[in-house]
Amino acid sequence: MSLIELSARDLSLAAGLVLLLAFMSWRLRLGVERRILISASRSAVQLVLLGFVLEVLFDLRSLPWIGVLAMFMLMVAGWEVMARQKRRFRGPWGIGIGTLSMFLSSFSVTLLALLVIIRVQPWYQPQYLIPLLGMLLGNTMNGIAISLDNLTRHAWEGRGRIEARLLLGADWSAAVAEIRRESLRSGLIPIVNAMATAGIVSLPGMMTGQILAGSPPMEAAKYQLLIMFLIAAGTGLGSVAAVLLGSRRLFDERHRLRLDRLR
Amino acid sequence: MAALRLEGIRPKVLEPVDLELAAGELVFLSGPSGSGKSLLLRALADLDPHEGEVWIDGRPRSAMPAPEWRRRVGLLPSESHWWEERVGDHFSRPTHWADEEGRESTRMLDRLGFGPEVLEWSVSRLSTGERQRLAFARLLGNGPEALLLDEATANLDPRNRERVEGLVQDYLRDRSAAVIWVSHDPEQRERLGARRLIIRDRRLEPEP
Repeated sequence: MSLIELSARDLSLAAGLVLLLAFMSWRLRLGVERRILISASRSAVQLVLLGFVLEVLFDLRSLPWIGVLAMFMLMVAGWEVMARQKRRFRGPWGIGIGTLSMFLSSFSVTLLALLVIIRVQPWYQPQYLIPLLGMLLGNTMNGIAISLDNLTRHAWEGRGRIEARLLLGADWSAAVAEIRRESLRSGLIPIVNAMATAGIVSLPGMMTGQILAGSPPMEAAKYQLLIMFLIAAGTGLGSVAAVLLGSRRLFDERHRLRLDRLR
Repeated sequence: MAALRLEGIRPKVLEPVDLELAAGELVFLSGPSGSGKSLLLRALADLDPHEGEVWIDGRPRSAMPAPEWRRRVGLLPSESHWWEERVGDHFSRPTHWADEEGRESTRMLDRLGFGPEVLEWSVSRLSTGERQRLAFARLLGNGPEALLLDEATANLDPRNRERVEGLVQDYLRDRSAAVIWVSHDPEQRERLGARRLIIRDRRLEPEP
């Protein structure tokens, strides 16, 4: 099997479909045509840029530059997590909790995969590191954003219940335990569902890409499985870290619920 | 024996409050809505950040962990909240009804007009007044040495109001507890014959 290279004409045909979608949105008055066009343009620019950057990095194989790109990806993901919260933490904690949790989970799981599982030589070979990290960041980002959003929203709405428990002498951790569990569960549901239906309902994106690019389907399936497991572990780890950090920040040293730390 | 002393307690909307309650003393607190009565009680229970210090029996609040403080100085908020399905799951000791504590709890529920079967009830079937009385029982189950009551009888019919008043009076006599009671009911403040304070222009002063 070989790779059929895509020409500009091929891509413009596909882009025509998005234009059609935007036209539909305008005719049906869905009001999302602007957002469709902006998002489509963003993805075009971002992916082409990434293609360029990766080509340069693949040639350079320089660890510092790969590090810079990885940090940039992390910061954007951290920003995205913050932007998706209805009630976010004030100050540096707003971006800090999500970013730190993603750093802990995505980076450690990626390192584990590179060093122990795939055993790439050298370990920072960008062809493996960047896609793996990207997949992990993208997916843990979802889990962490959902978990944190649930945590802060439930704390906000459940103030009376939390304070009732504090007033009866519970410490902060007992007072927020249920909300913490609930938030974690909701963050894990998407990846658990994705694992359960993978290959039956949907052909996962990465596997599809590999097959299109000419890999034998069995190899593609194995890589997809590896990625799914890594993502599940990363999402779990990241959500736990985010919920622990977030719930600690909701209380002060006198076990007071500090909703003033949210906005 | 538990006297309560406040020094420079300053919730957001009030001038600093100094106050001393002897062990077994009841003080009524009144004032217009929004004047800061509930905020003062919340500050005493250490629920909101604020300046000032409180002592119970000569021991400063800052010297003990907040959960311990809140068990000793129990606040009953004007609105009760519940987090489990069953009433009984909200009581600190899942009451073994045979031992002394269990008998004590049964007596208390009885005095508030409930049989022991109330612990099996679902919270969702409780009326507002039942919730208020059960929240009081839940608090007394902790055996607090001082009580902060925020409109503890506001939703009660006369008979249940008398039950709660009687229980508070006995509790403060038997346990020598200091009690601060926010009440909008002038007759109640008159009837129980205690020291009366009012918040006026952000200040706490004796009610004329």
